[in-house]
Amino acid sequence: MRTRIVMLAAVAALVAALPAPSRAADTLKIGFIGTFSGPSAVLPQNLYDGFMLGVDQVGGKLGGLKTEISKNDVQFKPDIAHQVAERLVKSDHVDIVTGILFSNIMMAAYDTIVDSHTILIGSNAGPSPIAGKDCSPYFFSTSWQNDQPHAAVGKFVQEQGVKRVFLVASNYRAGQDALAGFKSQYKGEIVGELYPALGQQDYSAEIAQIAASKADATYAFIAGSPAVNFVRQYADAGLMKRKPLYSAFMIYEVTLPQLGDVALGTRSAASWTPDLDNPQNRAFVAAFRQKYHYMPSLYAAQGYDSARLIDAAIHQIHGKIADKQALIAALDKADFQSVRGAFRYNSNHFPIQNFYGTEIEKDKSGMLYVHDKGLILRDYADSYAHLCPMK
Amino acid sequence: MISPALVLVQTLNGVQFGMMLFLFAAGLTLVLGIMNLVNLAHGSIYMIGAFLAATFSAWTGSFILGLLLALPAIFLVAVAVEIIVLRALYQRSHLDQVLATFGIILLLNELVRMIWGSSGLYVAMPGFLAGDVTLFSGILYPTYRLAVIALGLIVAAGLYWVIAWTRLGMLIRAGASNREMVEAIGVDIRLLFTVVFGLGAMLAAFAGGLAGPILSVDTGMGDSVLILALVVIVIGGIGSIRGTFVAALVIGVVDTIGRAFLPGLFALFLSRPFADAIGPACGSMLIYIVMAVVLFFRPQGLFPARNG
Repeated sequence: MRTRIVMLAAVAALVAALPAPSRAADTLKIGFIGTFSGPSAVLPQNLYDGFMLGVDQVGGKLGGLKTEISKNDVQFKPDIAHQVAERLVKSDHVDIVTGILFSNIMMAAYDTIVDSHTILIGSNAGPSPIAGKDCSPYFFSTSWQNDQPHAAVGKFVQEQGVKRVFLVASNYRAGQDALAGFKSQYKGEIVGELYPALGQQDYSAEIAQIAASKADATYAFIAGSPAVNFVRQYADAGLMKRKPLYSAFMIYEVTLPQLGDVALGTRSAASWTPDLDNPQNRAFVAAFRQKYHYMPSLYAAQGYDSARLIDAAIHQIHGKIADKQALIAALDKADFQSVRGAFRYNSNHFPIQNFYGTEIEKDKSGMLYVHDKGLILRDYADSYAHLCPMK
Repeated sequence: MISPALVLVQTLNGVQFGMMLFLFAAGLTLVLGIMNLVNLAHGSIYMIGAFLAATFSAWTGSFILGLLLALPAIFLVAVAVEIIVLRALYQRSHLDQVLATFGIILLLNELVRMIWGSSGLYVAMPGFLAGDVTLFSGILYPTYRLAVIALGLIVAAGLYWVIAWTRLGMLIRAGASNREMVEAIGVDIRLLFTVVFGLGAMLAAFAGGLAGPILSVDTGMGDSVLILALVVIVIGGIGSIRGTFVAALVIGVVDTIGRAFLPGLFALFLSRPFADAIGPACGSMLIYIVMAVVLFFRPQGLFPARNG
């Protein structure tokens, strides 16, 4: 028994001492970090599908390099995200990490990845530290800073001439940030502000208070799957007509099938909608629907843009990804056709982009979709860039 | 901001929530009281019940028919779980039972996700229960929630009748008070356990099915209810249906009223941002404070099973 253990240990030592398999210079290794199990798995799968569409459209070769993508499930757990990030950059030696959707996962993996001088393409989460004082040249966002969409809704509500509004947000950091973002652009009266617990299922108590208030409209940011409950209960209470519902990240392609007609006429704001009128977006939506048989969401669009961004940058430097500084400079140029139309990088590597008002409508086939109601904020930059030491 | 009408509506919300809790917790307290089994998987039964009711409703096109079909189906699921897994656990320690039934939660959650997908199901509100009822002078309340309150009362009355007036109820009461003696008299305790477990599962599935049109039906929906239900059965007294009924109503109303009015109350003497921050936190703490107070004065709960 003992000799066997000694032998095994020796074999292990030998294997460990083997030189790492030399990698062909024309291979690009991408680590995709996502939440692929549990109830929050739908959105990351959207993002992944969008990204893979971008990869497939160039024949599996981003920037002309043979692309290896490892798909890593970190559940919804920051500690696992940290471990996976360590493994990706220290033992797998990936060139680029992408896919992270949730802010808590981003904060857990961010330092490990950028400190190892590995490129991190943030394809959704944009917590304020990363846009401000903790910004890094190795990080690029293809989405937005977390405050921005909420500020855009605030502006939208303001422009709709709503005098009094009731605010509801899940009681956690992003919820509080969301309402702060909303208030930065909305100048009317706020008649009430409620913070139900994160993950709360039944919102009857909150909705009764909204019904009893003098508000002309409601702005809600309920995180996760209970968002559907809130919207349905809001409609059941007969409030949709009396107090129009504005929301963020609650009513979109993923939740629309569950909500049905209840969602009609609800409003929000976004940097992308499926009917945003530009040629690359029309092509993207058509290709996505053909490949996956469902409507792409904002997350899918951001995943797709991530792949397009990487592809364009690597082409620009002729595949020489070993030169990190050149790759960073090429990414910074963002010389690709975003499905959002205009897209360029700010000094903190977050996009400067337009935001649009949205409303849920029905298309000719009777399917609900997020309709672009027109520009709200043009070339909107986040408010943390000045805190970032990068120039 | 606090008007009598709003207090009434919020109390109704609390009662409705309490009814759901009662339906869920009734099975849990019976299983723990009579079978001495800590069954964390009760939440999964609730979830599967909701999924079955949603699926059957979609097939038959009738919410009520779907709900009724889900009950025998869940009875079969529950009996299978009882025979395959739980029977091996009755003689084991509570810790083993917690571990095993927690394992069942993980297994069933993932199984449900494999069968129905992770995006959840949508259950349409039955047409005749959609909309609102005018309680009096302009105070609206959703019809469906009133119906839930009524159904909860009917089920509570039915359970009371079964437990107080039938032979099965007699055995259940006896089992809750002194299991060994019931066994010694010669009652087939295995059969009793299976029936009680199935009955509890049907109540949970009924609650799950009723929750469908209000809450989204998705994996993990039972997990949050489970924690509240444990609070309910501890306050009510383990094994006591009457205690569970009272405790569920108390928890439902206290939780709803607390969440609704505490932030406003704090805002009277604290700065607004501070009140907004601690109001919801204290609101969700309130039920645990109630539990602590009840346990301090009555460690056996409000209606311990041994006294009936």
